[in-house]
Amino acid sequence: MSRFKKDSKKETAAINTSSLPDIIFMLLFFFMVTTTMRETSPKVKTKVPEATEIQKLEKKSLVSYILIGPPINKRLYGDNSRIQLDDQFATVKDIGEFVARERQARNEADRNKITTSLKVDQSTKMGIVSDVKQELRKSSALKINYSARRAGKSN
Amino acid sequence: MSKRAVPEINAGSMADIAFLLLIFFLVTTTMDVDTGIIRKLPPPVEDNQEDIDVKDRNVLKILVNSHDLLLIDGERGDVRMLKDKVKDFMALHPDNESYPEIKPKLIEELGKEVMVSKGVISLKNDRGTSYGMYIQVQNELARAFNEMKNDKSLQMYGVKYTQLVDDKKIKIINKLVPVPISEAEPENVGGE
Repeated sequence: MSRFKKDSKKETAAINTSSLPDIIFMLLFFFMVTTTMRETSPKVKTKVPEATEIQKLEKKSLVSYILIGPPINKRLYGDNSRIQLDDQFATVKDIGEFVARERQARNEADRNKITTSLKVDQSTKMGIVSDVKQELRKSSALKINYSARRAGKSN
Repeated sequence: MSKRAVPEINAGSMADIAFLLLIFFLVTTTMDVDTGIIRKLPPPVEDNQEDIDVKDRNVLKILVNSHDLLLIDGERGDVRMLKDKVKDFMALHPDNESYPEIKPKLIEELGKEVMVSKGVISLKNDRGTSYGMYIQVQNELARAFNEMKNDKSLQMYGVKYTQLVDDKKIKIINKLVPVPISEAEPENVGGE
Protein backbone atom coordinates (compact mmCIF):
# COMPACT_ATOMS: atom_id res chain seq x y z
CA MET A 1 0.00 0.00 0.00
CA SER A 2 2.70 2.29 0.86
CA ARG A 3 4.03 2.03 -2.65
CA PHE A 4 0.75 3.18 -4.17
CA LYS A 5 0.59 5.99 -1.78
CA LYS A 6 3.94 7.10 -2.85
CA ASP A 7 2.84 7.08 -6.50
CA SER A 8 -0.19 9.17 -5.96
CA LYS A 9 1.88 11.66 -4.14
CA LYS A 10 4.58 12.14 -6.73
CA GLU A 11 3.87 11.22 -10.38
CA THR A 12 6.54 9.45 -12.32
CA ALA A 13 8.10 11.85 -14.71
CA ALA A 14 6.77 11.44 -18.28
CA ILE A 15 9.33 10.75 -20.94
CA ASN A 16 10.46 14.02 -22.32
CA THR A 17 9.15 14.18 -25.86
CA SER A 18 10.03 17.75 -26.52
CA SER A 19 12.80 16.72 -28.89
CA LEU A 20 10.49 14.53 -30.97
CA PRO A 21 9.34 17.41 -33.19
CA ASP A 22 12.95 18.29 -33.83
CA ILE A 23 13.70 14.78 -34.97
CA ILE A 24 10.68 14.77 -37.25
CA PHE A 25 11.59 18.19 -38.59
CA MET A 26 15.03 16.90 -39.38
CA LEU A 27 13.48 14.04 -41.33
CA LEU A 28 11.20 16.50 -43.06
CA PHE A 29 14.05 18.73 -44.11
CA PHE A 30 16.03 15.75 -45.26
CA PHE A 31 13.23 14.75 -47.62
CA MET A 32 12.58 18.30 -48.70
CA VAL A 33 16.19 18.76 -49.65
CA THR A 34 16.85 15.42 -51.29
CA THR A 35 13.72 15.21 -53.37
CA THR A 36 13.90 18.65 -54.88
CA MET A 37 13.55 17.90 -58.50
CA ARG A 38 15.47 20.30 -60.60
CA GLU A 39 12.29 20.89 -62.45
CA THR A 40 12.47 23.24 -65.32
CA SER A 41 9.19 24.96 -65.73
CA PRO A 42 7.92 23.71 -69.05
CA LYS A 43 7.26 26.31 -71.68
CA VAL A 44 6.04 23.84 -74.23
CA LYS A 45 3.25 21.33 -74.02
CA THR A 46 4.60 17.81 -74.20
CA LYS A 47 1.96 15.15 -74.25
CA VAL A 48 4.19 12.23 -75.07
CA PRO A 49 2.74 9.39 -77.15
CA GLU A 50 1.74 6.03 -75.79
CA ALA A 51 3.76 2.90 -76.31
CA THR A 52 3.89 -0.61 -74.96
CA GLU A 53 7.54 -1.54 -75.36
CA ILE A 54 8.92 1.02 -72.98
CA GLN A 55 11.84 0.82 -70.63
CA LYS A 56 12.65 2.77 -67.53
CA LEU A 57 15.51 5.19 -67.63
CA GLU A 58 17.74 4.03 -64.89
CA LYS A 59 20.05 6.78 -63.74
CA LYS A 60 18.16 10.00 -63.52
CA SER A 61 21.28 12.04 -63.04
CA LEU A 62 22.61 10.83 -66.37
CA VAL A 63 19.63 11.98 -68.37
CA SER A 64 19.35 15.30 -70.10
CA TYR A 65 16.05 16.42 -71.46
CA ILE A 66 15.09 18.06 -74.70
CA LEU A 67 11.51 19.19 -74.88
CA ILE A 68 9.74 19.75 -78.15
CA GLY A 69 6.16 20.79 -78.52
CA PRO A 70 3.74 23.62 -79.13
CA PRO A 71 4.29 26.54 -76.74
CA ILE A 72 1.94 26.79 -73.79
CA ASN A 73 1.59 30.50 -74.26
CA LYS A 74 0.09 30.41 -77.73
CA ARG A 75 -0.68 34.11 -77.93
CA LEU A 76 2.93 35.03 -77.45
CA TYR A 77 4.78 32.29 -79.27
CA GLY A 78 2.32 30.88 -81.79
CA ASP A 79 1.28 27.34 -82.55
CA ASN A 80 4.36 25.85 -84.11
CA SER A 81 6.38 23.32 -82.18
CA ARG A 82 9.45 24.74 -80.54
CA ILE A 83 12.46 23.29 -78.79
CA GLN A 84 13.04 23.94 -75.13
CA LEU A 85 16.43 23.38 -73.55
CA ASP A 86 16.80 23.90 -69.83
CA ASP A 87 14.51 26.80 -69.15
CA GLN A 88 14.26 28.59 -72.43
CA PHE A 89 13.32 28.28 -76.04
CA ALA A 90 16.10 27.28 -78.35
CA THR A 91 16.78 26.53 -81.95
CA VAL A 92 18.29 23.46 -83.54
CA LYS A 93 21.67 25.20 -83.63
CA ASP A 94 21.80 25.43 -79.84
CA ILE A 95 21.71 21.65 -79.40
CA GLY A 96 25.44 21.18 -79.85
CA GLU A 97 26.19 23.71 -77.18
CA PHE A 98 23.56 22.21 -74.92
CA VAL A 99 25.11 18.75 -75.24
CA ALA A 100 28.54 20.15 -74.46
CA ARG A 101 27.15 21.92 -71.41
CA GLU A 102 25.43 18.78 -70.18
CA ARG A 103 28.69 16.89 -70.58
CA GLN A 104 30.58 19.55 -68.65
CA ALA A 105 28.17 19.21 -65.77
CA ARG A 106 28.82 15.49 -65.38
CA ASN A 107 31.71 13.54 -63.97
CA GLU A 108 34.34 12.70 -66.46
CA ALA A 109 33.65 9.00 -66.05
CA ASP A 110 29.96 9.43 -66.75
CA ARG A 111 30.22 11.65 -69.76
CA ASN A 112 29.72 8.97 -72.35
CA LYS A 113 26.83 7.46 -70.44
CA ILE A 114 24.52 10.41 -70.84
CA THR A 115 21.16 9.57 -72.34
CA THR A 116 19.24 12.30 -74.06
CA SER A 117 15.56 11.97 -73.47
CA LEU A 118 13.38 13.50 -76.12
CA LYS A 119 10.11 14.62 -74.67
CA VAL A 120 8.18 15.36 -77.77
CA ASP A 121 4.53 16.19 -78.10
CA GLN A 122 2.70 13.61 -80.16
CA SER A 123 1.32 16.17 -82.59
CA THR A 124 4.75 17.47 -83.48
CA LYS A 125 5.92 16.93 -87.03
CA MET A 126 8.93 14.73 -87.57
CA GLY A 127 10.86 17.44 -89.41
CA ILE A 128 11.98 19.25 -86.28
CA VAL A 129 12.63 15.95 -84.47
CA SER A 130 14.85 14.73 -87.29
CA ASP A 131 16.79 18.00 -87.22
CA VAL A 132 17.37 17.54 -83.51
CA LYS A 133 18.45 13.95 -84.05
CA GLN A 134 20.90 14.95 -86.75
CA GLU A 135 22.30 17.61 -84.47
CA LEU A 136 22.67 15.05 -81.65
CA ARG A 137 24.49 12.73 -84.03
CA LYS A 138 26.88 15.49 -84.94
CA SER A 139 27.70 16.11 -81.32
CA SER A 140 27.95 12.35 -80.67
CA ALA A 141 25.16 12.17 -78.16
CA LEU A 142 24.02 8.86 -79.54
CA LYS A 143 22.06 7.36 -76.69
CA ILE A 144 18.58 8.68 -76.96
CA ASN A 145 15.25 7.87 -75.47
CA TYR A 146 11.93 8.63 -77.06
CA SER A 147 9.93 9.48 -74.02
CA ALA A 148 6.63 7.65 -74.01
CA ARG A 149 4.06 6.67 -71.47
CA ARG A 150 2.69 3.23 -70.91
CA ALA A 151 -0.33 2.61 -73.09
CA GLY A 152 -3.57 2.98 -71.25
CA LYS A 153 -2.12 5.16 -68.52
CA SER A 154 -2.98 8.81 -68.64
CA ASN A 155 -0.20 11.14 -67.77
CA MET B 1 7.81 37.46 -7.70
CA SER B 2 5.42 35.35 -5.83
CA LYS B 3 3.54 34.73 -9.04
CA ARG B 4 3.30 31.12 -10.13
CA ALA B 5 5.55 29.95 -12.92
CA VAL B 6 3.98 30.21 -16.36
CA PRO B 7 2.88 26.72 -17.38
CA GLU B 8 4.87 25.23 -20.23
CA ILE B 9 3.19 25.24 -23.62
CA ASN B 10 2.18 21.74 -24.53
CA ALA B 11 4.38 20.81 -27.45
CA GLY B 12 3.13 17.26 -27.70
CA SER B 13 1.18 17.91 -30.87
CA MET B 14 4.13 19.53 -32.56
CA ALA B 15 5.37 16.11 -33.59
CA ASP B 16 2.04 15.35 -35.20
CA ILE B 17 2.14 18.56 -37.18
CA ALA B 18 5.63 17.78 -38.34
CA PHE B 19 4.57 14.26 -39.23
CA LEU B 20 1.73 15.63 -41.33
CA LEU B 21 4.13 17.88 -43.19
CA LEU B 22 6.56 15.03 -43.68
CA ILE B 23 3.90 12.75 -45.09
CA PHE B 24 2.66 15.55 -47.33
CA PHE B 25 6.12 15.94 -48.84
CA LEU B 26 6.64 12.23 -49.13
CA VAL B 27 3.43 11.88 -51.07
CA THR B 28 3.67 14.90 -53.32
CA THR B 29 7.29 14.68 -54.38
CA THR B 30 7.05 11.32 -56.04
CA MET B 31 9.89 11.24 -58.47
CA ASP B 32 8.41 10.63 -61.85
CA VAL B 33 10.48 8.03 -63.58
CA ASP B 34 10.96 8.76 -67.22
CA THR B 35 10.03 5.91 -69.48
CA GLY B 36 10.39 5.51 -73.18
CA ILE B 37 11.83 3.66 -76.12
CA ILE B 38 15.59 3.64 -75.94
CA ARG B 39 17.41 3.80 -79.25
CA LYS B 40 20.94 4.36 -80.35
CA LEU B 41 21.65 6.82 -83.13
CA PRO B 42 24.17 5.87 -85.77
CA PRO B 43 27.47 7.70 -85.45
CA PRO B 44 27.92 10.71 -87.69
CA VAL B 45 28.98 9.83 -91.21
CA GLU B 46 31.78 11.35 -93.19
CA ASP B 47 30.69 13.06 -96.34
CA ASN B 48 32.80 11.01 -98.66
CA GLN B 49 31.41 7.73 -97.48
CA GLU B 50 29.94 5.57 -100.19
CA ASP B 51 26.50 4.17 -99.96
CA ILE B 52 26.50 0.55 -99.04
CA ASP B 53 24.58 -1.50 -101.54
CA VAL B 54 22.15 -3.83 -99.94
CA LYS B 55 20.30 -6.34 -102.05
CA ASP B 56 16.69 -5.58 -102.53
CA ARG B 57 15.52 -8.84 -101.03
CA ASN B 58 17.40 -8.03 -97.85
CA VAL B 59 15.54 -4.82 -97.19
CA LEU B 60 12.11 -4.29 -95.75
CA LYS B 61 11.16 -0.76 -96.64
CA ILE B 62 8.79 1.05 -94.35
CA LEU B 63 7.64 4.45 -95.50
CA VAL B 64 5.45 6.84 -93.57
CA ASN B 65 4.08 9.83 -95.41
CA SER B 66 2.92 13.19 -94.18
CA HIS B 67 -0.64 11.91 -93.78
CA ASP B 68 0.64 9.21 -91.42
CA LEU B 69 -0.06 6.50 -93.98
CA LEU B 70 2.14 3.47 -94.07
CA LEU B 71 3.75 1.73 -97.01
CA ILE B 72 5.35 -1.62 -96.19
CA ASP B 73 7.49 -2.97 -99.03
CA GLY B 74 5.41 -1.23 -101.66
CA GLU B 75 2.04 -2.11 -100.22
CA ARG B 76 -0.35 0.03 -98.25
CA GLY B 77 -0.28 -1.26 -94.74
CA ASP B 78 -1.53 -0.72 -91.26
CA VAL B 79 0.47 -0.31 -88.06
CA ARG B 80 -1.19 -3.35 -86.60
CA MET B 81 0.16 -5.68 -89.26
CA LEU B 82 3.65 -4.26 -89.06
CA LYS B 83 4.78 -6.50 -86.21
CA ASP B 84 3.88 -9.73 -87.98
CA LYS B 85 5.37 -8.50 -91.24
CA VAL B 86 8.65 -7.76 -89.52
CA LYS B 87 8.71 -11.07 -87.71
CA ASP B 88 7.95 -12.91 -90.91
CA PHE B 89 10.62 -10.95 -92.76
CA MET B 90 13.29 -11.66 -90.18
CA ALA B 91 12.51 -15.38 -90.02
CA LEU B 92 15.10 -17.66 -91.56
CA HIS B 93 14.12 -19.15 -94.91
CA PRO B 94 17.39 -20.21 -96.51
CA ASP B 95 15.86 -21.59 -99.69
CA ASN B 96 13.19 -19.02 -100.36
CA GLU B 97 14.23 -16.32 -102.81
CA SER B 98 11.74 -13.80 -101.52
CA TYR B 99 13.21 -13.78 -98.03
CA PRO B 100 16.48 -12.15 -97.05
CA GLU B 101 19.73 -14.02 -97.35
CA ILE B 102 21.32 -15.59 -94.33
CA LYS B 103 24.88 -15.45 -93.19
CA PRO B 104 26.91 -17.26 -90.58
CA LYS B 105 27.79 -15.19 -87.55
CA LEU B 106 30.32 -16.18 -84.94
CA ILE B 107 28.98 -15.94 -81.44
CA GLU B 108 32.00 -15.91 -79.15
CA GLU B 109 30.04 -16.79 -76.05
CA LEU B 110 28.71 -19.93 -77.71
CA GLY B 111 31.94 -20.65 -79.53
CA LYS B 112 30.25 -21.47 -82.80
CA GLU B 113 28.77 -19.94 -85.86
CA VAL B 114 25.07 -19.44 -86.06
CA MET B 115 22.99 -18.51 -89.09
CA VAL B 116 21.40 -15.12 -88.86
CA SER B 117 19.31 -13.18 -91.32
CA LYS B 118 20.92 -10.48 -93.42
CA GLY B 119 17.67 -8.58 -93.44
CA VAL B 120 17.60 -4.88 -92.75
CA ILE B 121 14.59 -2.79 -91.93
CA SER B 122 14.69 0.57 -93.56
CA LEU B 123 12.48 3.20 -91.99
CA LYS B 124 11.84 6.40 -93.80
CA ASN B 125 9.47 9.11 -92.86
CA ASP B 126 8.42 12.43 -94.21
CA ARG B 127 9.15 15.68 -92.44
CA GLY B 128 5.42 16.07 -92.09
CA THR B 129 4.86 12.75 -90.34
CA SER B 130 3.50 13.23 -86.87
CA TYR B 131 5.67 12.17 -83.98
CA GLY B 132 2.85 10.08 -82.55
CA MET B 133 2.78 7.96 -85.70
CA TYR B 134 6.55 7.66 -85.72
CA ILE B 135 6.53 6.33 -82.16
CA GLN B 136 3.76 3.91 -83.04
CA VAL B 137 5.92 2.50 -85.83
CA GLN B 138 9.00 2.40 -83.61
CA ASN B 139 6.95 0.71 -80.92
CA GLU B 140 5.69 -1.97 -83.30
CA LEU B 141 9.23 -2.61 -84.49
CA ALA B 142 10.44 -2.88 -80.91
CA ARG B 143 7.56 -5.23 -80.17
CA ALA B 144 8.49 -7.47 -83.08
CA PHE B 145 12.10 -7.71 -81.98
CA ASN B 146 11.21 -8.19 -78.32
CA GLU B 147 8.94 -11.05 -79.28
CA MET B 148 11.68 -12.59 -81.36
CA LYS B 149 14.09 -12.31 -78.46
CA ASN B 150 11.52 -13.89 -76.20
CA ASP B 151 11.01 -16.78 -78.59
CA LYS B 152 14.73 -17.33 -78.91
CA SER B 153 15.23 -17.18 -75.18
CA LEU B 154 12.38 -19.61 -74.52
CA GLN B 155 13.79 -21.95 -77.08
CA MET B 156 17.33 -21.81 -75.71
CA TYR B 157 16.92 -21.35 -71.98
CA GLY B 158 13.26 -22.02 -71.34
CA VAL B 159 12.64 -18.59 -69.85
CA LYS B 160 11.48 -15.33 -71.33
CA TYR B 161 14.03 -12.73 -72.37
CA THR B 162 12.77 -10.30 -69.79
CA GLN B 163 13.32 -12.88 -67.07
CA LEU B 164 16.90 -13.66 -68.00
CA VAL B 165 19.28 -12.60 -65.28
CA ASP B 166 22.56 -13.93 -66.57
CA ASP B 167 24.39 -11.16 -68.43
CA LYS B 168 26.06 -13.64 -70.69
CA LYS B 169 22.77 -15.15 -71.79
CA ILE B 170 21.34 -11.70 -72.43
CA LYS B 171 24.35 -10.91 -74.56
CA ILE B 172 23.98 -14.11 -76.55
CA ILE B 173 20.33 -13.43 -77.26
CA ASN B 174 21.14 -9.87 -78.26
CA LYS B 175 23.72 -11.17 -80.69
CA LEU B 176 21.42 -13.82 -82.08
CA VAL B 177 18.60 -11.36 -82.58
CA PRO B 178 20.15 -8.13 -83.78
CA VAL B 179 17.97 -5.10 -84.33
CA PRO B 180 18.90 -3.93 -87.82
CA ILE B 181 16.82 -0.80 -88.16
CA SER B 182 18.20 1.78 -90.50
CA GLU B 183 16.67 5.20 -90.60
CA ALA B 184 16.96 7.27 -93.70
CA GLU B 185 17.00 11.02 -93.64
CA PRO B 186 13.45 12.21 -93.97
CA GLU B 187 12.16 13.69 -97.16
CA ASN B 188 10.12 16.77 -97.45
CA VAL B 189 7.33 15.86 -99.80
CA GLY B 190 4.18 16.60 -97.93
CA GLY B 191 5.56 19.71 -96.29
CA GLU B 192 5.55 20.43 -92.60
